[in-house]
Amino acid sequence: MSLRLFALPAALLAGLLVAGTCGAFTLEEYTFEDPARQQDFRELIGEIRCLVCQNESLAASQADLAQDLRNEIYRLMQEGRPRDEVIDYLVSRYGDFVLYEPPLRLNTLPLWLGPILLAIVGVVLLRRAIAQKRPLADEALSPEEQARLEALLARQQDHPDQDPRT
Amino acid sequence: MSQSRAKKTLKFLIPLGLFVVLVGFLGYGLTTDPRKVPSPLIGKSIPDFTLPTLADPDRQVTQEALKGTVSLVNVWASWCPSCRAEHRMLMGIAQEGIDDLQIVGLNWKDERPQAQDMLRLFGNPYVVNLFDPDNQVGLDFGVYGAPETFVIDRHGIIRYKHIGPVDAEVWEQTLRPLVQQLKAQS
Repeated sequence: MSLRLFALPAALLAGLLVAGTCGAFTLEEYTFEDPARQQDFRELIGEIRCLVCQNESLAASQADLAQDLRNEIYRLMQEGRPRDEVIDYLVSRYGDFVLYEPPLRLNTLPLWLGPILLAIVGVVLLRRAIAQKRPLADEALSPEEQARLEALLARQQDHPDQDPRT
Repeated sequence: MSQSRAKKTLKFLIPLGLFVVLVGFLGYGLTTDPRKVPSPLIGKSIPDFTLPTLADPDRQVTQEALKGTVSLVNVWASWCPSCRAEHRMLMGIAQEGIDDLQIVGLNWKDERPQAQDMLRLFGNPYVVNLFDPDNQVGLDFGVYGAPETFVIDRHGIIRYKHIGPVDAEVWEQTLRPLVQQLKAQS
């Protein structure tokens, strides 16, 4: 009895939800029984670039092609294919460009190691610059200068109110 | 004295050199179009497929239709303005009647009546059109926009992919020489 009371509002609510998703996509379309797979799917579409709107991931893009690719990834993952296999599938068709994070290979080595090398060069140059400045600070006074300094200090001690330079 | 001067010149030249290198990279970046993503399928065999034709839903075509002769596979749709722009060029190529060259259409994410209307209005340069409304085969070809044109040799190996409309310049300078070269190979 109570179940029946509940059924009509639930159906209406479901209808509203379905109507609300028309046109715009939501991730709710893609459900997996295993929450871990669901998480994998969400992560994966965040790491794949949409080739139409190149600065958007598949998770963000409203492009028609992005929708196709999301569907395809969903289909492959529903088939139980592991994540690497899905990535290979996309890369073999669309190239490395679909990956936001480029793979570590010989031709991408500068990309990965360049920033680290630049940082090392920067630190070396900085240290050298600091080392070059240090002797200035350590410079000793000449005997005449030392004598003058002591005379000034002595005068200051004798006449504290007076400006020693006068 | 002259040594310190040499050192000073060097200090001036190093940043200048770095600057020139940077300008070189950026300048190169300006000459390339980031929308044109190179296809990993070049040099590979065409994917296997079975699709109905645009003209006849009951007639199925497979990858075998792209073997035995040099083919241009043109990805197009009636909703795509650039495809309409390049259509005349394709008509011109078809009318040349080049031996051993076929133009095959891949009608992509389109609807049958609209696509057929377009061919009726502007002519049909294709020997056959594959009808792929759901991007099944387009995905296997790595299609990400229309128009795209693949050059396929007689063994079914993808030799080139042109992204964007084929105009007279692209045809004369890139596609025609490549087609001639592929025709010459047995």
